[in-house]
Amino acid sequence: MTDALSAPVTDRAAAITGDNPLVGARGEGAAVQFEGVVKDYGTNRVLHGVDLDVRPGELVSLLGPSGCGKTTALRVLAGLEQANGGIVRIGGRDVSNVPTNKRDIGMVFQSYSLFPHLTVLRNTAFGLNMRRVAGREAARRANAALELVGLEELADRYPHQLSGGQQQRVALARALVTEPRVLLLDEPLSALDAKVRVQLRDEIRRIQLRLGITTVFVTHDQEEALAISDRIAVMHKGGIEQIGTPDELYLRPASAVVADFVGLSSVLPGRAGGGRVDVLGFSLPLITPAPDGPVEAYIRPENVRLADQGVSGTVLESTFLGSHRRTRVRTESGMTLALQHSVGERVEFGQVVTVAIDDVPVAVRPPTD
Amino acid sequence: MSRHQLAPRPAVRWTIVIVVGAIFLVPIASMMGFTLRGVNGALTLDHWTGIGDPANVGAYRPIWTGLGNSLVLAVVTVGIVLLLLAPTMVLITLRYPRLRRPFEFLCLLPISIPAIVLVVGLSPVYLTIGRSVGTGAWTLAFAYGVTVLPFAYRAIQSNLDAIDVKTLAEAARSLGAGWTNVLLRVLAPNLRVGLMAASLISVAVVLGEFTIASLLNRQNLQTALFVVSKQDPYVAVAFALLALLFAFLLLLAIGRVGRVAIRPVRRRARIKETS
Repeated sequence: MTDALSAPVTDRAAAITGDNPLVGARGEGAAVQFEGVVKDYGTNRVLHGVDLDVRPGELVSLLGPSGCGKTTALRVLAGLEQANGGIVRIGGRDVSNVPTNKRDIGMVFQSYSLFPHLTVLRNTAFGLNMRRVAGREAARRANAALELVGLEELADRYPHQLSGGQQQRVALARALVTEPRVLLLDEPLSALDAKVRVQLRDEIRRIQLRLGITTVFVTHDQEEALAISDRIAVMHKGGIEQIGTPDELYLRPASAVVADFVGLSSVLPGRAGGGRVDVLGFSLPLITPAPDGPVEAYIRPENVRLADQGVSGTVLESTFLGSHRRTRVRTESGMTLALQHSVGERVEFGQVVTVAIDDVPVAVRPPTD
Repeated sequence: MSRHQLAPRPAVRWTIVIVVGAIFLVPIASMMGFTLRGVNGALTLDHWTGIGDPANVGAYRPIWTGLGNSLVLAVVTVGIVLLLLAPTMVLITLRYPRLRRPFEFLCLLPISIPAIVLVVGLSPVYLTIGRSVGTGAWTLAFAYGVTVLPFAYRAIQSNLDAIDVKTLAEAARSLGAGWTNVLLRVLAPNLRVGLMAASLISVAVVLGEFTIASLLNRQNLQTALFVVSKQDPYVAVAFALLALLFAFLLLLAIGRVGRVAIRPVRRRARIKETS
């Protein structure tokens, strides 16, 4: 029995033929806009005037910790929650009063949402049936969608006979079969094993690029967001903290919240002054200006290296991560600093080393104590 | 030979089966024996053959009327359960989860109210019902809709708890389904077992109901059996046995229909995630 998941990703991509009717079916995707969207649950305000522009064909991730409002924002876009204020537009049209089933969206949920009483094929054809496409035409289009996710061989199975990864693929095919204007993904990968998660993540991106469908992807996993997004909106306490490309977010976080959430950092005390910050004796440029005085600086492990000159410290631990090593060092002043270095540079627990921080712009926040 | 299971030994199992079976069968066998009793204890089929005797048609007419009424009542009561209770429960699950506890309490309440007490409260209600929709026997179904609530509620709720109603409904909505389609094409098939159990138990309760019908002066199968039993206890018991058999066959038929209604699930080996 062939398991679609065991086939190498590239083979499956190649198997998606250029004449798949879903490819290029919709031309440009639709733009999505949030204007000052507010959502309250009782007295608890979960969205504080969210503004967001998603361009046609773009994949934008809403990234943030749980409770930041990202899923609520997506549900408002889907029409599953009613906003208390603001405007949501799809393709330029205000959809605030359009019910979910008329919004022409495709959605994949975090929990497995396939209809247990229908086969994979009938699950996939469901959206078409609702649009009065039935019979052979529906079967043909459903099969094409299943082919897109590499599961056409499992068309006769029932959901309980599929693995989690396969179920989410079917859910993706089911969401795409109606050629919706917007694809909404609500943490679709979080219930899957690490390896399947990465495979499906890459596949979602490939399919999204291939179809050119506007996609909003909700995740709390920054690695996931960095890997597949055109742009990422980092959400915090019901608002968007920063929106930008993965590079921008990683290299130039607009705030401490973003620096904290995107990528790994050591947080070290320093002193800002004259557009630079002094950390452990190194003078580093600031990403955004900060008032002079004591601050805490975010230092990325990849910007710290083992050097001949710099700060000396004791190795606390060193972890082999395949392509590199990550080591934590405690300096003589008692700071803990993470650094990333090549596999060839081997350090032992307790060894005294000297580290240096590269002269790259860093983000800072006011001291927390 | 040592057995590692917790299952009881065959001897114990059979003892349980025999004891439980006896509790069910002894009364039925006694009823059967009673109907076969003739003058001076001789065995006779006279009481049974008398049922078909054209001379007795008039005497047994109440039973046929009662049976007809009970069947109509069963259908209307099942209708109330399927068309009113079930959608309400779905609505509560999807939209008003906070109402779940109060609603559960409300539904379970009738089990703690004796039928005779219920009737006291229902009499004035039925005066109004009589004036507005008539005094037809079928109107009893409103009262039966209340008495079956606890049983029907439990049957449906346990099924609702077993499926992710919210996600299924939202997925269907996102695919373009209106609420009718969500209910009929997505939720109902997945609630089939619960709806079936609720219907079965409603039919059983309705066919066995006596107190409310009697006190509200309506005729159903049980009140008719009671009337006939005053004239001829033997035939009344014979009819009671027939009613039992009828109810049994009806439940069997409904259960069968429910099973056929859904396409059989093909069993195949579960695919292992190899990656």
